[in-house]
Amino acid sequence: MKTIVSYFRYFKKELVFGPLFKLAEAIFELLVPLVMAQIIDIGMAQKDWTYILQRGGVIVIFAVVGIVCSATCQYYAARCSQGMGTVLRKSVYHKINQLSSQQVSQFSSSSLITRLTNDVNQVQQAVAMLIRLAIRAPFLVIGSLTMAMMIDRQLALVFLAAILVIAMVLGVLMTCSSYFFKAVQRQLDRVSQISQENLEGQRVIRAFSRQQLETERFDQAAQASYKASMRVGWISGLFNPATQIVINLGIVVLLYCGSFQINSGVLSPGSLIALVNYMTQMFLALVVLANLFVIFTKAAASAGRIEAVLKTEAQIVGGTSVCTPTEDPLLEMEEVSFGYNEGESAVEGISFTIHTGQTIGLIGGTGCGKSTIVQLLPRLINPTSGIIRFCGKPLQVYSLADLRKQIRIVPQKAVLFSGTIRENLRWGNETAGDEQLWQALELAQAKTFVEAMEQGLDTMLVQGGKNCSGGQRQRLCIARALVGHPQLLVLDDSTSALDYQTDARLRSALKTLSPAQAVLIVSQRIASIRHADCILVMDQGRLVGQGMHEELLETCKFYQEIVRSQTREDQR
Amino acid sequence: MKQTDLLRRLLHYVRSYGLLLAGALGFALLQVAMTLSAPVLIGQAVDAMVAAGQVDFMQVGQILFRLVLIFILAAVFQWLMTLCTNACCYRTVRDLRVQCFRQFHALPLATLDGTQQGDFMNTLVNDIDVISDGLLQGFTQLFTGVITIVGTLGFMLSIHPMITLAVVLITPLSLGVASLIASRSSRLFKQQARIKGELSGFAQERIGGQSLVAAYNQQAASEAAFDEINERLNHVGTRVQFISSLTNPCTRFVNNLAYAAVGIIGALTALEGGMSVGQLTSFLSYASQYTKPFNEISGVVTELQASLSSCERVFRLLDLPQEKDQADRGRLQSCRGELKLEHVAFRYHDSKPLIEDFNLTVKPGQKIAIVGPTGCGKTTLINLLMRFYEIRSGSIWLDDWDIRTLSRSELRRNFGMVLQDSWIFCGTIRENIAYGNPDAPLEAVEEAARKAHLDYFIRQLPQGYDTLLDETVSLSQGQKQLLCIARVLVSDPKILILDEATSSIDTRTELLVQSAFDQMMKDRTSFVVAHRLSTIEQADQILVMNQGQIVEQGTHRELLNYNGFYAQLYNSQFAGE
Repeated sequence: MKTIVSYFRYFKKELVFGPLFKLAEAIFELLVPLVMAQIIDIGMAQKDWTYILQRGGVIVIFAVVGIVCSATCQYYAARCSQGMGTVLRKSVYHKINQLSSQQVSQFSSSSLITRLTNDVNQVQQAVAMLIRLAIRAPFLVIGSLTMAMMIDRQLALVFLAAILVIAMVLGVLMTCSSYFFKAVQRQLDRVSQISQENLEGQRVIRAFSRQQLETERFDQAAQASYKASMRVGWISGLFNPATQIVINLGIVVLLYCGSFQINSGVLSPGSLIALVNYMTQMFLALVVLANLFVIFTKAAASAGRIEAVLKTEAQIVGGTSVCTPTEDPLLEMEEVSFGYNEGESAVEGISFTIHTGQTIGLIGGTGCGKSTIVQLLPRLINPTSGIIRFCGKPLQVYSLADLRKQIRIVPQKAVLFSGTIRENLRWGNETAGDEQLWQALELAQAKTFVEAMEQGLDTMLVQGGKNCSGGQRQRLCIARALVGHPQLLVLDDSTSALDYQTDARLRSALKTLSPAQAVLIVSQRIASIRHADCILVMDQGRLVGQGMHEELLETCKFYQEIVRSQTREDQR
Repeated sequence: MKQTDLLRRLLHYVRSYGLLLAGALGFALLQVAMTLSAPVLIGQAVDAMVAAGQVDFMQVGQILFRLVLIFILAAVFQWLMTLCTNACCYRTVRDLRVQCFRQFHALPLATLDGTQQGDFMNTLVNDIDVISDGLLQGFTQLFTGVITIVGTLGFMLSIHPMITLAVVLITPLSLGVASLIASRSSRLFKQQARIKGELSGFAQERIGGQSLVAAYNQQAASEAAFDEINERLNHVGTRVQFISSLTNPCTRFVNNLAYAAVGIIGALTALEGGMSVGQLTSFLSYASQYTKPFNEISGVVTELQASLSSCERVFRLLDLPQEKDQADRGRLQSCRGELKLEHVAFRYHDSKPLIEDFNLTVKPGQKIAIVGPTGCGKTTLINLLMRFYEIRSGSIWLDDWDIRTLSRSELRRNFGMVLQDSWIFCGTIRENIAYGNPDAPLEAVEEAARKAHLDYFIRQLPQGYDTLLDETVSLSQGQKQLLCIARVLVSDPKILILDEATSSIDTRTELLVQSAFDQMMKDRTSFVVAHRLSTIEQADQILVMNQGQIVEQGTHRELLNYNGFYAQLYNSQFAGE
C-alpha cells in the first residue's frame, strides 16, 4: 500500500480541503438537534413565537451552508479520486513500457490490462468514498459523542458504551464474514473456470459427447457456490440488525437514565430529545462505514495488484553509447544462455558471429529456442549468462533506442497497429518521407498492393491490421523494419504466409541491401535459408550445426533429418 | 424485449421460490411496523417526563419495556427478511447460471464460433450477479421503502394532518432534484464510457504488442498517446463524478428543509396546544424516516435500470435457437469406417458460397491428407464430418447411414480427434486422458500414455497419474498435445482426425509420435491435416484447399502431373529453388 499512498502527495490541496468542508458540514449537521432542543426548551417553554421562528431560520441557514460545504467537498473528492486514477494509470502504463517481454509474459498481458483499467478504477472509487463518506463517519461519531458530553456528562457514557459494543460486534462479524467471503470468491472462480474451459473446449467435449458429464460438473459447482453465498449471508445479514439493536437499546437506556435526570431537574426534555437524535445520527454514520468495508477490501486487493507492477524493477536498462561502424564483426554471441524460469534454459551455450554484408539462416523445429535468440538481439530480454557484442562492444553499453534502431526485428506474428499505413511504417523511422516509405515497400514486395489501395499510404488499418491478408501484413511488417535502414535485419519466421514466388522475390530483393547491412533469416523451411552464407541449426535450445548448406548436409545429422522431411525423393 | 416482459419472465424464475419471496415481504412488513411504532412510544415516554419532579416512573418503565421488545423483534424480523431474500436471490442466480450453461452445450457451434467467448462469460458471471443485486435485492429495498413511506405517512397523519401536508409537499422536491441531476449526468456518463473503451482498446493493442513497441522505440510515443486519452478521461470523469455526487447533498438539503419546517410549524402548533412535546419528538423522527426511502428509491431505480439490460442479455442468450438432434434414430453396431460425401454444399454465410457439389468416397482404412496454406479453411471439412456444422445440401454417409439420421453422439463416438490447440481441463492427468472413456481402467490409460511417449514424464511427477493439472503444474505445449493424443488412443475410434496434431512437438519426439500414429492409422480411416511430406505422399487421397474451397483432389502423383495449385504449393514448401 505504501507506494500507492505516496501518490496522494500530488493531491495535498484536495486532501486538505475536501475533508475540511466535510467536517464543516458535519458540524452544522450536529448543531441542528441542539437548536431544535432550544426551540423546545426555550421557545416552547416561554411561548416565544419570534424565538421559534428565529431558531427555525437558523436551521434553514445551517442547511444552506451544509449543502454548500458538502458540494465543495464532493468537488475536491472528484478531483482527487479521478486525478489519482489518472496518475496511477499513467505510472502503470509507463512501468509496463519499461518491462522486458519476459516480465510482461510473467504477468501476462491480459492481467496487466486488467490492472491498468479495472484495478485502478477500484482504487479510484475507494479514494472517492474515503473523502466523501469514510471521513464523515468518524466526524459524526466523535461529534455526536462530544455534543452528548456537552449536554450531559453521565449520559454520554451510554454513547461511549454503545460505540465500544458496536465496534466489537462489527469487528467479530467482519472477521468471520471475510473468511466466508473468500470461500464465496473461490467457489465463484470455480464456476467461471468450468465455464471458460467448456467454452474453449466445445469441439473436444462434443466430439467425446461429454456434455452431460460437464453439465453435472457445473451443476455441482453452481450448487457449491450457492451454499457458500448462503453461508456468508447468515453472517453478513446480521450487520444491520446487530448495530441497530445496540443503538436502540442505547436509546432505551438513555430514556431510562434520562427520566431520573429530568425528575431531579438536571436535564431538560429538549436535551433528552437532542441526545436521542445524536444517537440515531451516530448509528447512520456507522452503518455507512460498515457498508464501505466491502469497497475498501476490494480496493486493497486491487491496490496490491497495482503495486506489484509499480514495484517491479525494469530488468533492462540501456547505456549511453551510440553504435558506430567498426572493423569488428557486426554481431558476436559468446556462450549465451537464457531461461525464462530458474533452472530451466530455453537456449544454452550459443556462440556465433555475423559479419556485415552476410545473410545468415537459423533453422530448427517449433520451440527449439529460435525466437529466444531473436529477442536477445535488441535486448528485449537479457541473457542469463554469456555475452553478446554488437560492433565490438557489449550490448549493455548502447542506449536502447539506438541499439534497437540498428537491430530491427520482424516478429513471427505480424502485428500492426490501428492507424494509417504511413503511421505504421514510420515506426521504423519517425522522420522518413513518403519516398523512403515507398522504397521500403518495394523491397518488401508490398508496393503493388499498397498502390492498388484507394488511399495508398493513408489507408486506415484497424486494430491488429485485420483488414489486410496475412501475407500483406507480413510484408508491411518487413517494410516497417526496412524503413530505418537497420544494420542488422532479423526476420523471425516472418514470411510463412507468403507464396513461393513472393518469398523468392523478397529474398533476392534483400540481397540488394547495402554491404554495411546484414540479414538474419529465421525459418522452419529449408528453402528459405539454403542459400544463406551461413546456416545455424538449432535443436532443443542448443546449436547443433553451423555452416553452409552443403557442409551441413555432410556433417549435421539433425540438418539431414530436416532436409529429408522437406525434400522430395528425386531431389535427394 | 419490453421492460414489463423482462420482469414477467424473471418473475417466472422467482415463482418457484414464491414462499421465500412472500416470507421476505412479510418479514419486511413486520419489521417496518415494529420500527415505526417506536417513535410513538419514545414520544409517549418523553411526555411522561414533562419536568423536574413530575416524572411518572411507572409509565416510563412500562413504555420502555415495550420499546425493548419492539426493538428486538424489529432486528429479528430484519434478519429473517435478509435470509429469505438471500435464499430467493441465490437460488435464482444458481438456476439462471445452470440454465445458461446448458444453453452453451445446446447451441450450434456456429453460434458459439460467431460470438466472443468473453461475452458469454460476462453474461454467465457478471450479468447474473447484477440481476441478483439490482432486481431482487432492489425489489425488497423498494418494497421496504414503499411501506415505510406509507407507514410514516399514516403515523404522521394520525398525529397532525396539517404538518404532514407540509412534509408531503416538500419531499418530492428531492426526487425532482435527483432526476434532474441524473438526466444532466447521463450524457456525460456515456461520454465517459466511450473514452474508457477507447483507453482499454489502446491498452489492449499496445500492451499485447509490448515487445514490438519496445523493439521499435515507440514507448515515448505510446505514452504520449495514452496520456492524451487519459487526460480526457480525467476531465470528463471529474465532471461526471462531481455532478452525479451532488444527488446526495441535494436530497439531504431538501430533507433538512423538511425537518426545519416540521420543527417550526410543530413548535408553533404546540404553542396553540395542538400537540405535546412528545408528539413533536415522534413527528420529527417520522419526518426524517419518511424522507430517507426517497433517496434510497432513486438509487434503486437507477440500479434496476442497469439490471434490466443485464436481464435482457441473459434472456437473449437463452433464446438463441438450439441445435436439433434426432435422438437415437439409428445405432451403428460395428462401424467399418467408410465415408461417402455426395454433392455436398456448405456456406458459413448465406451470401458466400464456399463448398459446392463436393464428392468424395473414402474406403475403410484409407488415409486422406488435407493440405493448403495457413488459414485456407482446412477445419471446415472436419466441422462437416463431425456435424459441428450442418451441410446445406447433398449428403454424407457413414457406412450405410446418412449421418443426419444418427444422433450426434452416436456419430461422434466413431471419430477420434486431435486438434492443433490442445485442450486440457482442470482435473487429474488420469481424468484428462480417460476423458472419452471415463470408465477406462488405469492400465488402459497407462498403455495410451506409453504409446504417446508420455508415461515416463508422468511417472516423474510426485503424484503420477493423479497429478492435478491446474495453474501450478505447467505442461509444455508439446506435452499437452501428447496428452490429447493419448486421450484419443484410449477411446479407440474407427475414424481419426488429426489437425496438425504434431505442430508443437519437437522434431525428434514427432518422429516417435508419428510412429505411434502410423500404428494407430493402420486399420482405421484417417483424415490428416498435414505439413509433413511423408504423410502426404503416403496418403490415398489428397484434398487441396485454398481460401475455404477444395480446389484439387487426387493422389500425390496425379496432382503433381496436373501441375496446378498443389504442385506450386509443394514446390514452395518442400523443394529448393
